[in-house]
Amino acid sequence: MKFRFACLALAWAISAAPALAEDAIKIGFIDPLSGGGASIGEIGLKTYQYLADEASVSGGLLGRKVEIVGLDNKTNPQESLIQAQKAADQGIRIITQGNGSSVAAALSGWVTKYNDRNPGKEVIYLNYAAVDPVLTNDKCSYWHFRWDANSDIKMAALTNFMKGKPNIKKVYLINQDYSFGQAVRTTARSMLKEKRPDIEIVGDELHPLLKITDFAPYVAKIKASGADTVITGNWGQDIALLLKAAADAGLQTDWYTYYAGGAGGPTGIKQTGLAHRVFAIVEGFPNSAPEAAQKWEAAFRAKTGVGLFYPRAVNEMRMLAMAVNQAKSADPKAIAAQLEGMKTEGFDGGEIFMRKEDHQLFQDMYIGSFGPLDPGAKFDEEGTGWGWKLAGVIKAKDTILPTTCKMERP
Amino acid sequence: MLQLITFSALNGVLYGMLLFMMASGLTLIFSMMGVLNFAHASFYMLGAYFGFEISRRIGFWPGLVLAPLLVGAVGALVERYGLRRVHRLGHVSELLFTFGLAFVIEEMVQMVWGKLPVDYRGPPSLDFVAFRLFDTTYPAYRMFMLSVAVAMFVVLLALLTRTRVGLIIQAALTHPDMVAMLGHNVPRIFMLVFGAGAALAGLAGVIAGPALVTQPAMATLLGPILFVVIVVGGLGSLTGAFVASLLIGLLQTFAVAMNFSLAEVFGPTAPPFLDDLWRVTIAQLAPVMPYILLVLVLIVRPTGLMGTRES
Repeated sequence: MKFRFACLALAWAISAAPALAEDAIKIGFIDPLSGGGASIGEIGLKTYQYLADEASVSGGLLGRKVEIVGLDNKTNPQESLIQAQKAADQGIRIITQGNGSSVAAALSGWVTKYNDRNPGKEVIYLNYAAVDPVLTNDKCSYWHFRWDANSDIKMAALTNFMKGKPNIKKVYLINQDYSFGQAVRTTARSMLKEKRPDIEIVGDELHPLLKITDFAPYVAKIKASGADTVITGNWGQDIALLLKAAADAGLQTDWYTYYAGGAGGPTGIKQTGLAHRVFAIVEGFPNSAPEAAQKWEAAFRAKTGVGLFYPRAVNEMRMLAMAVNQAKSADPKAIAAQLEGMKTEGFDGGEIFMRKEDHQLFQDMYIGSFGPLDPGAKFDEEGTGWGWKLAGVIKAKDTILPTTCKMERP
Repeated sequence: MLQLITFSALNGVLYGMLLFMMASGLTLIFSMMGVLNFAHASFYMLGAYFGFEISRRIGFWPGLVLAPLLVGAVGALVERYGLRRVHRLGHVSELLFTFGLAFVIEEMVQMVWGKLPVDYRGPPSLDFVAFRLFDTTYPAYRMFMLSVAVAMFVVLLALLTRTRVGLIIQAALTHPDMVAMLGHNVPRIFMLVFGAGAALAGLAGVIAGPALVTQPAMATLLGPILFVVIVVGGLGSLTGAFVASLLIGLLQTFAVAMNFSLAEVFGPTAPPFLDDLWRVTIAQLAPVMPYILLVLVLIVRPTGLMGTRES
C-alpha cells in the first residue's frame, strides 16, 4: 500500500513538473558562462535571474512566472546558434544576449531565418549589450531589439566630452580584433579628426578577442608611444587585464572606455591609482541615480553581492513586462509589435524610447570617472572604496543618429 | 625606442622561461617514452589551482613547495596506473589516453573550482616595484617569476649532467634495454621522469597563476604553443627546448611591439584582392607567429633546431 502510494506520488511529481515549468515564461540567456567572457556573463546571468525573480514575486507576467535559462555560448557565434536552436527546441521563445557583436550578428540572422521558416513559433531576440552599429543599420532585423546605445552613439558622446579637454594631445587606440573593436577604432579616428584635428593618434592597436592573459607587451608599447590618453572599447577580461598590466607598469594616462566598470575593471583602476582619470560611458551610475534606482541598487547588491553593471537589463525586462501586459500575450509576435516605438521612463530617469525604424533604444547617457567616493556617495565598486562620479550627461535627444535600416516586417 | 626594446626583451624572456618550464618536462617525457603528452598543459593548470587552494588556506609560500609536489604525485600516479597499462597497446593508444586525460582534468577543475577565473594572488611581500627604468615600473613578482624559472633551469641542467640519476636518465633515453640489463628499474625511472615533468609544469602553474589568469581555459590556451616549442627545438632535445622557448617568447613579444604592415613597406595601394592582407600589422599577427614558425621549421628542418631524429 505504502509502495503504491509512493509510486503514485512519484508519477504525479514527474507528470506535474513539466506542466509547472511550461507555465513559466522562459527567457534563454545566451552568453559566455565559461572562457574569457565568463566573468561578465556570470554577472549578467545573476542580474537577469534577480529581475526574473522580482517579476515573478510581484505577480508574474499575466500570472505566469518568469524563468531564466542560462545557456553557455563560450563567446562563440557557432556555439550560440546551437544554444539558440536548443532553446527553441525546448519551447523558449524569448532569448537575450549581450556579450560580443560577432555573436549578436549571428543570432540576429538566425532568428530572422528561423521565424521565416517556423511561422507561429517565432522567437524574439532582446539584445542588452552588443553595440556594433551594423545591427541596427545594414543588418537590422525586425526580431532584434537593442537596449544599449550603439558604439557610434557612445563614441560621439565620448568625443564631444573630449573636445573640451585641452590636455589631450596624443591618443592611443587599443581594441579587440573583431567587428565591434574595429567599429570603435574607425569611429574614434573619424570623430576625433572632425572634433579635435589637433590630436595626434600615436597608436592604433587590435588584439585577439578574450585570448590575451598578459597585456604587459601592449602596455610597454603604449608607454613607448608617449600617449597621454587611451581610448578602448575592451570588455570582459580584456579591460580588467589591460588595466592590471597598466598598473604594474605604472602607466600614467587618461582612459576613455566603454566598459571599465565591468568585472575586475574597478579593482584594476584602483591598482593604477589613477583617481578620476578613467572615464566610462554608460546609461546610469548608481551614485547619481534617482532615489528609486538607488534603493533598487542597494537591494540588488545585498542579494547578489555585485553592483548593477547593466541598468539596461532592468529597462529591458520592464519594457518586456509592459509589452506582455499590454498585448495580453507572451507571443513574440505580439511582444514585438508592442515594443516597437514604446516610450517609458528609464531606470536611471529620463524618457527612453525604442525607435521603430531600427529597434534601437534611445536613453540619456552618462559619462563618469572612477575615484575616491565623494562625501554622501553611497556606492563603491568591488570593495575598493572607490566609486563612479558623474562627469557629464548627454540627453537622449542628443544621442539620436540616423539609421540606414530598411526593416523587413512580417 | 630603447625603452620598448628593453621591456619587450624582459617580457619576452619571462614568457619564454615559463614556456621552458613546461616544455622541458614535455620533451623529456617524449624522448624517454615516445609519448607526446597532450595532458602536459593540464598539469600546469592543476599547479595553478593547487597553488591557489593552498595559498588560500596556509599562504603562498607553502603552496610554492607543496603544489608542485602534489602535481608531481598526480603525474606519477597517472603514469603508474594509466600510461603504463596503455603502453602495451602502442603509441596511438597512449596519445589518445593523454588526449582524453586533458579533457577529464579540465572538466574536473571546472567541477571543483567553477568556470570563472579564481582570485589567485601573489604574496603581499612581493607586492612592490622591483625597479624603475625610463619611467616604467617593473613589478617584483615578475622578477620573482623570472628568477624561479632561471633557478629551475640551472638545477635541472646540473641534475641531468652532473648526477648519477641524470646519467641513468640520459642512458635510458637512448638505450632503455641496456639500462634494464644493468639492473636498473626502467619503469620506475619512467614513472619518476613523468612525475618530475608534471611537477615542473605544476611549478610553472603556481608562479604563473597570479600573474596570468587562473581559469579552466588556461591549459587549452597554452597547450598548442608547447608543442610548437618542442617541435621547433627538436623533439627530445632539452637545449633545443630552451632555445625554442626563448625564441618564441621573444618572437611573440617583439611582434606585438611592431607596427609594420605590407602597406607601409610597399605603399598604400594593394594588389587586387589583397586589400585586407595589405593592412594587417605584424602586431596583429603576433598570436599566429609561433605557428608560422612551426610550419617553416617543419619544411626546412624537420628535425627541429637541435633535434637528432625525425619523428
